[in-house]
This record gives sequence, C-alpha cells and structure tokens, in this order.
Amino acid sequence: MASFILRRLGVMALTMLCLSLVVFFLVNLEPNLKKLAISQLDMRSSAEDLENWLDRNGYRQNFFVRYGQWLGVVPKQPNVDPATGAAVSRFAFCREPAEARYSGVLQGDFGCSTKFKVPVAQKLGPAIQATGILMFWVMAVMVPVSLIIGVLAGMREGSRTDRTLSVASITTTATPEYVSGVIFTIVFASWLGWLNGSAASATNQGITFYNFTLPVMTMAVYGIGYIARMTRASMVEVMTQQYIRTARLKGLGFNAVVMKHALRNALIAPFTVIMLQFPWLLTGVVIVEVMFRYQGFGFALVEAAANNDIDLLLACSLISVLVVLSTQLISDVGYALLNPRIRVR
Amino acid sequence: MQYETIGALQIILGVIARFWPVWIALAVILALSLSLKRYLGLYGHLFDTGVGIAGLMICFFWLFTAIFADVIAPFDPLQQIAIMKDAPPGAIDPNSGAVFLLGADRLARDVFSRVVFGSQIVLVIAPAATLFSLMVGSTLGLPAGYYGGRIDSLLSFLANLVLAFPVILLFYLLVTPGIRETPIPQWLAGVFFMFPIIFFGALFYTRFAGRPALLAALLAATLLIGGWVYAGLVFDADPLGIISITSNQLNIFVAVVFASSPGVFRIVRGLTLDIKTRDYVAAAQTRGESAWYIMLWEILPNARGPLIVDTCLRIGYTTILLGTLGYFGLGLAPESPDWGTAIKESSRLLRAHIHPALPPVIALMSFVLGLNLLADALREQSLRD
Repeated sequence: MASFILRRLGVMALTMLCLSLVVFFLVNLEPNLKKLAISQLDMRSSAEDLENWLDRNGYRQNFFVRYGQWLGVVPKQPNVDPATGAAVSRFAFCREPAEARYSGVLQGDFGCSTKFKVPVAQKLGPAIQATGILMFWVMAVMVPVSLIIGVLAGMREGSRTDRTLSVASITTTATPEYVSGVIFTIVFASWLGWLNGSAASATNQGITFYNFTLPVMTMAVYGIGYIARMTRASMVEVMTQQYIRTARLKGLGFNAVVMKHALRNALIAPFTVIMLQFPWLLTGVVIVEVMFRYQGFGFALVEAAANNDIDLLLACSLISVLVVLSTQLISDVGYALLNPRIRVR
Repeated sequence: MQYETIGALQIILGVIARFWPVWIALAVILALSLSLKRYLGLYGHLFDTGVGIAGLMICFFWLFTAIFADVIAPFDPLQQIAIMKDAPPGAIDPNSGAVFLLGADRLARDVFSRVVFGSQIVLVIAPAATLFSLMVGSTLGLPAGYYGGRIDSLLSFLANLVLAFPVILLFYLLVTPGIRETPIPQWLAGVFFMFPIIFFGALFYTRFAGRPALLAALLAATLLIGGWVYAGLVFDADPLGIISITSNQLNIFVAVVFASSPGVFRIVRGLTLDIKTRDYVAAAQTRGESAWYIMLWEILPNARGPLIVDTCLRIGYTTILLGTLGYFGLGLAPESPDWGTAIKESSRLLRAHIHPALPPVIALMSFVLGLNLLADALREQSLRD
C-alpha cells in the first residue's frame, strides 16, 4: 500500500510539472504577452512602449530560465533600474528580493497578480476559503440527497418509485449549471422573490439563506443525478446477492435488510464517484461563481484568464490540478480500504 | 413601449404550427419505424420502451429542426427590428404585422428564430466533434489496451494529463482570440484530423490485404475523401470550395475534440483490456492474424455496445461543453445564435426580462435530456441481450 501511494505521488508530481510547463507555455505566447502589456499600460501605447515594458519586466528572457525562476530552481535576479542602478520591484504592489535568490513556487512564492494588484497568495487565500465554504454546502446538500434517491430507487428495481426517480436523475444530468442557474433564478428570484439572484453580498456581509441557497442548489443539482444513478446501480447489484437472500430467508424484515445488510455494501461504489465529482465541481464552481457574482476561486480564475494574469493563472491551474489528482488518489486508496476484495499492487 | 400581443394559447399554437415540417417528418419516421420494427434490430428494439421512444423523438425533433430551420424560423437570426426591442412574447410588429412568438431580445432579434437557428450550430459541431474524438480515442486506445507496456503507460499518462485539467481552464487557455494568431489550432487540427484517415486506412488494409484491387480502390477513396476534408478543415483550402471553416470555429472544434478524446481513450482501453482475454481473440492470434487486424476487426466490433451508449452520452456532454464555451463568450461570435451564447446574453438581464432566457435554456436541456434517455434505453437493450 505504502509503495502504491508513493508511486502515485511521484506520478502526481510529474503530472503537475508537465501541466505547469504547458500552461506556462500557453500564457507566454506572444499575443498573450501583448494582451498583458496592454492591460498594464493602456490601449494607445505604441508597439515600442509595449516591447519596452515587456523587456524591462523580464518577460523577454529565455523561456526555460523564466520557467525555472517561477518554479524556484533558477535564482530570480533583482530588477535593476538602469537609471539609478538600485533594485526595484517590478510591480509596486509586491516586493521582490534585492539580491538574486531562489524564490519560486517550490519556496512558496507564487508571484504577483497583475490584475488584482496584490501578491497571488494574498488574493487566492480568501478566494479558496470562500470557495471551500461553497463546496462544503454543496457537498452537504448533494451527497445525502443523491444517496437517498439512489437507495430508494435501487431498493426495488423496476418499481414505480424506481422509474420516477431514474427519469428525474437523468433529467438533472441533462441540466448543466448555466441552465439550472437560469431556471432557478427565474423561478425563485424573479417570480417568487424568495431568494436573492446574486451572491455578491455573501462575500462582504456574510452568508445567509437568502443569498446563498441559489448557488448551492444550482451546483448540487447537476451532480445529484449522476451520483444517484451510480448508487442505484450499486444498490440493485447488492440486492441480488446471496447474503441478502439469506437475510430475508432467516426472517428479517425488508427495512432491516436494507439498513443493516445492503446499505453498507452498496455505498462503496458511490464513494469513488463522489470523490471523482471534484473535477466536475471545479468547472461548476467557475460557472456558478461567475453567474452569481461570488468572489471565490472560480471568479479569480476567470479574471486571471481573461486578463492573462500569468502568475495568478499558473497558481490557479496548479491548485485545480492538485485538487483533481489528490481526489483521484483518495478515491483509489479509499476504494481499496473499503473493499476487502480489491488488492492494490 | 406597449405592443399589441396575442394570447398565451395563441402563442403555444403558433409555436406548434411553425414546427410543421418537423411534425410531418417525425410522423413519417415513427410510422416507418413502427411498421418495419422487426427488421431494424437494435434500433427497432428502442421502440419497446417509453424511455426509448421519448429519447429518439426528442433527438429527431432537434435534428429535423436543424434541417428545416429556414422553413420554421420566421425571421433571420441576426435581423434586428429596432422597434421590437425587448418585446414580450406574442408581440406584433406594428409595421409589418409579423408576430414575435417568443418575444425579442435586447437587440430586437426574434428569440424563436434564434433558438431554431441555434440548433444548426449545435447539431453540426457536437456530433462531428464527438465522432472525431471517437476516432482519436479508439485509434490510440486499442493499441494501448492490446499491447500494454510502455505504449500504454505513455498514452495513459498523456490522457490523464488532459483529464486532470478542469475543462474550463483548458478552454480558457485553448480558445482565445490570441491563440488564433498563432499556428497552434492548426497544428492541433492537423494532428487530430489525421486520425480518421489513419483509422480507415488501417481498417481497410488489415482486412483486404489479400485482395489488392479492392484494397487499392478503398485506400484511394479514403485518401481522396480524407485528404479533401483535411485540406478543407486544416488549411481552409478546399479545391471545390464546399468545406470551409472559419478560424474561430476550427478553434472551438479542436478544443472540444481535445477535451473529450481522453475520455474515449480510457473507455476503449478498458474495453480492449477486457475483450482481449476472450477466446475468439486467442483463436485469431493462433490463426496468425496481425495485431491491427485483431484490434480493428475482432475487438472493436465486440466493443460496440458500450461505445454506442457512450457516444450518445458524449454528444450530450459535448453539447454542454459548447454551451459552456458560449456562456463564457469563448470562441463563438457574440452575435451567434447558438444556445450557450444566447443564455449568456439573456442571463445577465434576468432582473429586467426573463423571456429571452427561457427558450434557449429549455432547448439545450431538452436536447441533452433526449440523448441521455436514448443512451439509457440503449444500455437497457444491450444488457438484455
């Protein structure tokens, strides 16, 4: 087990290295650098000014040197003002070392956000926290609801409850966030007026039922159908097993069989599925945060991508890839632990 | 601004009436399928369950809507009639007397016509991109599963690399106006669009290597048709001028294929790992068949059940991806009538007007729902056999 986890961690590190290199390449394409320079100067700057700005701030150094500096394996040189000879930071809002030293992601320095004009860590910290709260509530709604639906549907295969719940779950899998978000906003905010169609106030005034229900609902709905269907399939399979028949034959009631014998075995498969839902939730987070104007990780990602905020975008991709890969790892390990029949080499 | 409007019932009847070519086509299909049901195999069995019929009919509904869009839509999707700005459903244009069945949007365009024309964009790109990713995924997944070893490790690593990216980040990096100034979309297109040619070439070569005349004809046809489409799509240099694609469409297309190929790869690889242990594969190996013959003519046909179900689901998923692209304003032109862009445009103004938002939302949802129902019915059928 330990060697399995170690090997997976190694593959994870390699994957993150490759992906960060790809993202680094894409954000440093010539048109993207131009976009960055324009956003930092202004629309009417001449091509010469833009070129000067890029050159002065070190964007014209060798690609691999810059990647190494970002990563922290090549020392970062101080930015020297040619007029005075003194070291000045590239951006006024974030300090840089005055002498050459290793200062990259490996040392915990994520760089400067050119869009929000703060160090990346300072921007992403609160954003991740905000998204964590959202994710927590989404999970708190999505997991119990979908498990209950799945178990109820799978308990008696082919019954009317099963058919109804199955069609309902198929419907929710056909409803991406931007569709359910619009429908819910129309129904609950425009027609009924019960809920707030924007979560902007959640960031500064605190989370209330009024402003936070719609985003949570919107995100949960898309996932519910999928998890419920997996739970149903697993429940149906368990209900046909020998030990369930034995339990029934020894005279246990149907409810007792479901609660004591079927449920525990039926919930192994959904566990993996729930873990693998995290990558989906990341995309959902971006859509929902943009739609309801909630200042979290997804919002930061979109702003970073739209403005080619290199350091922030790289940090965002690292974090999302880390989340995806670690949930995959947890799902594999958890599956092996929960299911004694599976042996991981 | 006050408009003369028609009642709710008249709006519903009017919408139903505008779809008349679709209803006729659906009736013909339904009658033909039901009468020939016994001879149609898997397709015929779909008519046994309510879920199957519902799924098929919804998919056919949107297919025919896309085909007959010119007849169904009363207006051009880009035509603006300034006086009708934000008109409610059923409003009558005071100048021409034409009815805006589902109202007009912020830019005074007919919402109904835009949804109808939007179906064309979705129903061309989504299935086409899914087919391409199916080709890419199976051409790579078959050898990965069959040979295992280094090839498998390398290809699986690459697939997981792409899958580890949140889709939205991938799109923000790959679909931007900036990247269209670089040759990257062309390179990607050049690589991806090679796969169908390789796939069919290998398919014919392994089967008909013993019959040179037939093989030559088939290979020539593959190269000719493949090369023609390739030239049209990648270099935008179709000698006949039939196939052409704008750079932003190519960009979206490539990004969608890129995002969904690894998923197909994983499924094909898994199926191959399972099927290669069967007796008929061992028999073919004993006969001394080549590895590619076994992969393409023994394993792939036997993997078709799960693949068809997956393709159905994947078209729905691709539709959702296209909607996501539209929702974030990536790739598609801002005035494009596709559903995602329409949802983006209208969802910003939900406080003021809700009528432009509902039709594209319902259209997208119903199409994906139809595909999911169809996939569900197909899965039930394949389990029954």
